[in-house]
Amino acid sequence: MSKVLMKGNEAIAEAAIQAGCRYFFGYPITPQNEIPAYMAKRLPQAGGTFLQAESEVAAINMVYGAAGAGARVMTSSSSPGISLKQEGISYIAGAELPCLIVNIVRGGPGLGGIQPAQSDYFQSVKGGGHGDYHLVVLAPSTIQEMVDLVQEGFDIADQYRNPVMILGDGMLGQMMEPVEFEERKSRRLPPKDWATTGWKGDRPRAVINSLFINPQVLENHVNKIYRKYQEIKANETMAECCNCEDAEIIVSAYGTTARIVKSAMEMAARKGIKVGLIRPITLWPFPTETFQEWAQRDHVKAFLTVEMSMGQMVEDVTLSIGGKKPSHFYGRTGGMVPNPADILAEIEKVRGGNA
Amino acid sequence: MTEQIIIAGFGGQGVMSMGQLLAYAGMLEGKNVSWLPSYGPEMRGGTANCNVIITDDMVASPIVTQASVVIALNKPSLDKFESAVVPGGMLFVNSSLIDRKSVREDIDVFYIPANEIADQLGNPRIANTVVLGAYLAKAEGSISPSSVIEALKKVLGPGKQDLIPLNEEALKRGAEQAAIVLESAH
Repeated sequence: MSKVLMKGNEAIAEAAIQAGCRYFFGYPITPQNEIPAYMAKRLPQAGGTFLQAESEVAAINMVYGAAGAGARVMTSSSSPGISLKQEGISYIAGAELPCLIVNIVRGGPGLGGIQPAQSDYFQSVKGGGHGDYHLVVLAPSTIQEMVDLVQEGFDIADQYRNPVMILGDGMLGQMMEPVEFEERKSRRLPPKDWATTGWKGDRPRAVINSLFINPQVLENHVNKIYRKYQEIKANETMAECCNCEDAEIIVSAYGTTARIVKSAMEMAARKGIKVGLIRPITLWPFPTETFQEWAQRDHVKAFLTVEMSMGQMVEDVTLSIGGKKPSHFYGRTGGMVPNPADILAEIEKVRGGNA
Repeated sequence: MTEQIIIAGFGGQGVMSMGQLLAYAGMLEGKNVSWLPSYGPEMRGGTANCNVIITDDMVASPIVTQASVVIALNKPSLDKFESAVVPGGMLFVNSSLIDRKSVREDIDVFYIPANEIADQLGNPRIANTVVLGAYLAKAEGSISPSSVIEALKKVLGPGKQDLIPLNEEALKRGAEQAAIVLESAH
């Protein structure tokens, strides 16, 4: 199929429909409104249901219900709206149900602003809602990758019965790039024999539940979920490494920021500074081993993490490299976007300090 | 080839669609492109702008901070983005609405009376296409006007193909104006 020029938000919606998503429940918020707008128009044409709920809390619980019935279902929102959805997300994780949640992040805390940010990293990868659980968190950096990861995300959700989050930002949602919707092979997925599709006496009753009053039963349940997480870590961790082979400084960034870092890397190369990039594509599971490997190399003198936040992913980078190399941070926040020249200046500062 | 373009003007002047058209045309020519809109409060009554990158390489940062081309459709846009043009770059000024000259001497500046020309063509909304025509005439090796028309045909859809001749004429008039302006400047 040929390329089309699409906004990131619209591309997410189209990719979801092509991945077989037929149910969308949401509530409007900038900068992700093109997702529900596109779904409102296209889902009924595809035989699906779009519903604008009365609130984010209602929307995520509709997702809970549809997921429990075995449907491919998604919701999308932006930071404050995702905060409202956290209770439902925790329930969905507890009940082991698959769904896709898109967060097109804007500046926070509070209502914050509407410009791009990455300050929801902690919320996305460390919990967000209550209890012992994880989302699989995917962080695309181009619109094509966003399309690919939406389809992948639904499959991962179904394979492991766990909610998956696409973590984008306002810039990725609003910008346009050429994309190709390729016919892609779905994974071989287990049947949804746990879904509540109506009991006819031919199988044990399906029960969707996240309440376990007996602590031993709950501990067993959580242990079971965590065994699943070990599998996800082993099978699904993704990162892109770029120019790391002879790098003296390795920059780490995800999403839009990784693209800006690539511009800074071109500037650094012209000055003869060898800079590599590790771009985590899965933020959970975090590509810890990739960082460990590069941290052991002698040519790598230091790590610099760049984020549109006050420093969140940098904690995972620091943990991963385990004190083997210095870990530095540079960030802008509140909707301010770092520019390549500022990142280059930070690279030079780090390099000077480690020379 | 890498073109880093900022297009700016009042909301409603066709800033966003002009940028989308360029990106679309670049895509049709097999280049890598990105289009990034401003979507903040400045959209509401103030200056809207978009960044377009057209390149043979990969698009790294979609943000244009050092522009090879700035197209300013109103005065606040000129004030804001005049300094973003790299030395040797190009600045297109809608002289119908902007009463001052550029202070830059290290770039090529083209003054296009876009609204007057659009009025002569009988449709004031075509002013953006006039400036686009001026840019395309000067952007050798970037995007061809025929690709822009191809893109326009796709964007407009089957119901509005009757607008194509008017747009072709606007591109041509803009190109002519760019030629005149350059002669008088040298």
